[in-house]
Amino acid sequence: MTIAPERPATTRIGQLLPTTGDRTPRGDRLVDQFELGLDAPICLTWELTYACNLECAHCLSSSGRRDPRELSTDQAKAVIDELQRMQVFYINIGGGEPTIRPDFWELLEYSIEHNVGVKFSTNGVRLNKERAAFLASPAMNGYVDIQISLDGATAEVNDYVRGPGSFDTAIRALENLQEAGFQDAKISVVCTRQNIGQLDEFKAIADKYGAMLRLTRLRPSGRGADVWDELHPLPEQQRELYYWLMANGENILTGDSFFHLAAFGESLPGLNLCGAGRVVCLIDPIGDVYACPFAIHDNFHAGNILTDGGFQQVWQKSELFQDLRAPQTGGACAKCSFFDACRGGCMAAKFFTGLPLDGPDPECVQGYGESALQSMNEAGGRVIPESSQDHSKKNPTRNQPVMLQLGRRPDDLESALKPRGMPVSACAESPLAGFDPGTGALGGGGGCASGACGC
Amino acid sequence: MSDAPNSPADGAVRLDQPWVISPAVALRPEPFGALAYHFGNRKLTFLKRPELVRVVRGLGDAPDVAAALEAAEIPESQWPGYVAALSGLARTDMIRPRQTEGAAA
Repeated sequence: MTIAPERPATTRIGQLLPTTGDRTPRGDRLVDQFELGLDAPICLTWELTYACNLECAHCLSSSGRRDPRELSTDQAKAVIDELQRMQVFYINIGGGEPTIRPDFWELLEYSIEHNVGVKFSTNGVRLNKERAAFLASPAMNGYVDIQISLDGATAEVNDYVRGPGSFDTAIRALENLQEAGFQDAKISVVCTRQNIGQLDEFKAIADKYGAMLRLTRLRPSGRGADVWDELHPLPEQQRELYYWLMANGENILTGDSFFHLAAFGESLPGLNLCGAGRVVCLIDPIGDVYACPFAIHDNFHAGNILTDGGFQQVWQKSELFQDLRAPQTGGACAKCSFFDACRGGCMAAKFFTGLPLDGPDPECVQGYGESALQSMNEAGGRVIPESSQDHSKKNPTRNQPVMLQLGRRPDDLESALKPRGMPVSACAESPLAGFDPGTGALGGGGGCASGACGC
Repeated sequence: MSDAPNSPADGAVRLDQPWVISPAVALRPEPFGALAYHFGNRKLTFLKRPELVRVVRGLGDAPDVAAALEAAEIPESQWPGYVAALSGLARTDMIRPRQTEGAAA
């Protein structure tokens, strides 16, 4: 029986990433070994479900609706058994919102009993007092880590992208965990143009709830591709972030996601290496394995654990992962004096902005990414790859973020009242503009009948 | 947490002491050596040479560190490097001093 549908032909990554053909480590450092891949991942993310109560504008996995092919409880337990055999010591569980899977707590306990520690990411919706007490209890043996997502230090900034009420939900979860005595919860922040100025405020929230702060990079993955242009930090904000991390870095987690900033100077703590398919991978809710959590796309699909002989087989034998583990030449970036620091940046960020994989990162701090984007735009437009899957909700719900521009009213009344420009079209001003009850083709109705505005 | 009993404050390992891998630690073989994970303090460490993995695995069966190095066929000239690496592992409780029969409590 074939569970997964036929997949369209994709470009083999090996053709997009020039390799040197040499399989000996580049040097004596650990990262040189990691480039060639490990027998099992160090950092495995497992999205348990595509279902989510929220509809964040920048969701990396385009989550919303449950996929009917989602792994069953027994299938999920078999995955945990295999991870234990492979000595994957801990996993990152995400989604969607993993805690709305009814068997989430059962799988959490099962994993911990099988020596596979769990860090799970949540928006906090299910972390009531009772659950918080359970998570802090000896049954969890300290093997569980919790990451609460918060993308603004104020409700205004957070709810702008995560949806109304989501700030309060996250704060309530943090309160419940603190009250239950849960140690070292994490507050996980995706850094955006709107929240980079709030880093100290985030730190203050973390301190207040006895939590650790984790900052990660916004990727143009999933629905993030739709909002990346508006949300990704500006060049001067990247610098601000870099110096903030250099000053506060010791106690801030970053998931190793800012290695492209290393080209500002000194490397940030961490591996400073793209781990995709080498030390990192993603298992999605239906058992598909991708090179990295930010690369849910057919081009980065390594196989399926149900149809391709299990996770170990996919991790160790898939053609895609073999390609990713071949030492790469670095392409256009190899000439740059900072190449050793950033190694060309994030593959997913390049791919989903339409840049070549062997070129600069779109947020290259030397500015090469920006100029690459610009010259591609001028040369007839970049082609942004279409998403291979989308579990977004089809109809708007009350949790959907409303991304109206955050702005301020001008201080003086005169400029506040002055029209900012011509109406875009006649019907933008009056719903009856151009409507002639005598001659209109849609006689008797309201609304725009001119047909000129495309509304 | 899991403070090693009687471990010297600086975690220094001496050749004439008996040591053992911590009960909370698992070693996962890798092409370069092994990955050591401590389930108690959740620290992940990399043993960058297969020889070091042999030494660490052999600690528990050897009367002391010197014997473990010898059993793993490490040339004596390299012992200081290995003792330094073992001291690093001791600092994060990857290995701990072994209590022998009749040793002072």
